[in-house]
Amino acid sequence: MSKTTMTRRGVLKTGAVAGAGVALPTIFTASSAAAYTNEPTGSSVTLGFNVPQTGPYADEGADELRAYELAVEHLNGGGDGGMMNTFSSKALSGNGILGKKVEFVTGDTQTKSDAARASAKSMIEKDGAVMITGGSSSGVAIAVQGLCQEAGVIFMAGLTHSNDTTGKDKKANGFRHFFNGYMSGAALAPVLKNLYGTDRNAYHLTADYTWGWTQEESIAAATEAMGWKTVNKVRTPLAATDFSSYIAPVLNSGADVLVLNHYGGNMVNSLTNAVQFGLRDKVVNGKNFEIVVPLYSRLMAKGAGENVKGIHGSTNWHWSLQDDASKAFVKSFGTKYGFPPSQAAHTVYCQTLLYADACERAGTFNPCGVVEALEGFEFDGLGNGPTLYRAEDHQCFKDVLVVRGKENPTSEFDLLEVVEVTPAAQVTYAPDHPMFAGGNLGTCNPGA
Amino acid sequence: MDAIILQILNGLDKGSAYALIALGLTLIFGTLGVVNFAHGALFMIGAFCAVTLSKILNLSFETIDPTKTDFLGNPLKVKTPYVMEWFGPETGAAIIDWAVPLAILFSIPIMIAVGFIMERGLIKHFYKRAHADQILVTFGLAIVLQEVVKYFFGANPIPTGAPDAFKGSFDFGVLLGYDPNVIIYPYWRMVYFFFAALVIGGVFAFLQFTTFGMVVRAGMADRETVGLLGINIDKRFTIMFGIAAAVAGIAGVMYAPINSPNYHMGMDFLVLSFVVVVVGGMGSLPGAVLAGFLLGILESFASMNQIKSLIPGIDQIIIYVVAIIILLTRPRGLMGRKGVMEE
Repeated sequence: MSKTTMTRRGVLKTGAVAGAGVALPTIFTASSAAAYTNEPTGSSVTLGFNVPQTGPYADEGADELRAYELAVEHLNGGGDGGMMNTFSSKALSGNGILGKKVEFVTGDTQTKSDAARASAKSMIEKDGAVMITGGSSSGVAIAVQGLCQEAGVIFMAGLTHSNDTTGKDKKANGFRHFFNGYMSGAALAPVLKNLYGTDRNAYHLTADYTWGWTQEESIAAATEAMGWKTVNKVRTPLAATDFSSYIAPVLNSGADVLVLNHYGGNMVNSLTNAVQFGLRDKVVNGKNFEIVVPLYSRLMAKGAGENVKGIHGSTNWHWSLQDDASKAFVKSFGTKYGFPPSQAAHTVYCQTLLYADACERAGTFNPCGVVEALEGFEFDGLGNGPTLYRAEDHQCFKDVLVVRGKENPTSEFDLLEVVEVTPAAQVTYAPDHPMFAGGNLGTCNPGA
Repeated sequence: MDAIILQILNGLDKGSAYALIALGLTLIFGTLGVVNFAHGALFMIGAFCAVTLSKILNLSFETIDPTKTDFLGNPLKVKTPYVMEWFGPETGAAIIDWAVPLAILFSIPIMIAVGFIMERGLIKHFYKRAHADQILVTFGLAIVLQEVVKYFFGANPIPTGAPDAFKGSFDFGVLLGYDPNVIIYPYWRMVYFFFAALVIGGVFAFLQFTTFGMVVRAGMADRETVGLLGINIDKRFTIMFGIAAAVAGIAGVMYAPINSPNYHMGMDFLVLSFVVVVVGGMGSLPGAVLAGFLLGILESFASMNQIKSLIPGIDQIIIYVVAIIILLTRPRGLMGRKGVMEE
C-alpha cells in the first residue's frame, strides 16, 4: 500500500507549473498569430454596436442602430451610398473595409455602465469585434472607452456630451465626433446675450452625474463671462421623475432664467413641470422669464410636446440642414425608415464612416494605425462643414447649431428650427483648458 | 414660511398619487391577502389609457397639400382628425382638448377588465402560497406589462396635456398676503388633489355605507365566519380587486398631464407606495391614505435647498429614513392593527 503525502507547498508548485503549461500555448499563439486584438483573418470584419436597447434611452438607441445598419449597408456597397458620396475623403469604395465585408454584432447598454461594459466585453471576446461604438450617456461612454483602451480595440463614441469624455477621461483608443458641454456654452452664450441681454439671473437645475456637472460648469462660465449672475445651482437625482419641488422655489429666488441641464426623460419632465408652473408666463425683475435647455434633441422635443416652443438650446446636427451631405443622409435614411434621422443617428453614422475611412487610409485595422490616421484628420461632407479630429484629445471640432423649439410645426418631425450656426472657431478651446485638464490620453493600445 | 407652504402644497399632489396607489394595494391585501407588486403597473396602464384615448381622438385622414413639401421633398400630407371632420373644427378640438378627463370614463371598464383577468387568470392560483411567491409572480407580471406597453408605445415619455382651461398656475401667495409669484401652484395639480380626495372619500363611503361594503369589511375581519353564513365572499373579493385596479387606473389617467407617461412610471411609484402601506400599517385603509400624504409632503420638504445643503442626498432617502424611524417606534405602522401579517 502506498501513501501519498500532499504538502501545501507541493500543491502550489504543481498548480503553478500546470497553470503555466496551460497558458503557454495561448501566449505563443496569441503573439504569433495576431498583431493586435481581434485581427480579422477571414473575408469579413466585425464591428460592435453597443447601444441602449432597453431602458429610458431605448428610443435613441433604436435610432442609433438604424443609422449603424444604414452605414454598414453603404460600406458594403448597398443602398444609395448616403454620405459616402459627399465625404471629402474618397478612400471608401463600397466594397467593405479593406476589401472585407462589414458585419456587426449588437449589445444592450441599458444605459448602465456595468451592463455596457459587460456587453462590450462580450462583443470583443466572444464575437471578435475589432471596434466598439455607441452609447447614449456619458457615464456609459466613459466606462466603455476605458474598457476598449485596456482591451486594445478602437472606441468610436456615440451620443456623449460630457466634457470629461475627451477631457479628464480621454483615452488614446477613444474618439468623439459629438460636441460637448463647453461647445454648447460657447455657442449659446452669444445668442442668449442678443435675445435676453446681459443683465440676467440664472438658476440651474442639473442632473447629478458627470454630464450634468460639466454642462452646468460650462454654461455657467459662458453666461457669467457675458455678465449674467448665477443665482443657484441645484443638483437633481438622475432617477427623479417629478421636478415640481425643484421648480417651485425658482420664481422666488430672484432668477429670471432657468437653465435645465437635463437630458432624456429628466428633460422632458422638468420642462413639462416648469411650463405647468407657468414660469414662461411670468415677469421677474421686469423681464420675461425664460427657460434654456442647453442640449436639445428632437426625440426629446417630441416627448415634451408643445412645451418646447420658443425654448433655445444647442444640437450637434439637425435634419433640416440644407448642405448636400445632410440632404443625402436624410434622403437615404428617410427612404429606408420613413422618418428623418435624429442627431444620435447622424453622429453614429459619421463615426462608422470615419472609422472605416481611417482603416482604409491606414491600410490596417490595427488600432495604432487607425489612431494615427484619425489624429489631426481634416474632413468635410458629413453634414457639419469642415471638421478637425484634434490629435491632442481626439475631439471633433466643427460648427455647432443653436436651435429653438418651433412655434408652428408643419409636421411631427418639424419641432426645432436652426437659429444660428456657430462657426467651429468660436467653440474651439485649448487642449489644456481647465475644464478639460487632468487627463492623460496615453498611447494607443493594440492589445493582443 | 412661504417656502414651507410651497412644499406642503407640492407634497399634496404626489401624496395624492401615493395615497391612491397605497389605498388600492391595501384593499387587495386586506381582502385577498395578496401582496400585489403589479399594482404600479395598473397605475401605468391607467396613464396609457389616457394616451390611447388621446391617440384615438387624434386618428386622422390624410389629404395632400401640393403647396408644401415634407422632409424628403414629396408633397406634404396634411392630417385632419376624424373628430374634427365629424363634429366640426371647434367642437372636435374641444373634445381632443378634454381627452384626459374623458379618459376616466374610457379607463374604468378597461381597468376593471384588466383587474379581473389578472385576478382570475394568475393571482387566484397564488392565494395559498407564501407571500414571497406572490411578490415574485406579481413582480414578474409587472415587468411583462411594462414591456408590452413599451413595445406598443416606445420608451420615450408621451406628452398628454391637461385641458387648456387648466393650464398655468394659481397664485396662492397673493391670497395669503405674499408678493406675487412667491407661492404658485399649477391648476391641474389642484384638480388632482381634489380628485384624489373625492376618490378616496368615495371608496370609504362605498365600504362604510353599502351592504356590499359591509360584507367586504366583515370578510376582511373574519373571512371564515362570513363564508359560513352562506355568503360567497370570494366573488366579492374578486370584485374588490377590480375596484382597486380601477382606482389605480384613474389615478394614472389623471396623473398623465402632470408627468408625461412612460412605461416605467409604475415602478417609480410602486416601491414608494409599498413603503407607504407599511408605514400606514398593513391592512389599514386610513393608515395608507395618511401615510401617503405624509410621505409625499416629507419628500417634497427634503428636496428644499436649505435642507439639501445640510444633508446632501437626503431627498433620495428621506422616505426610507422616516419609514425606519416609524417602524422602530411603532412596529405595526401608524394605524396598523394587531394580528395582520403576524401569524
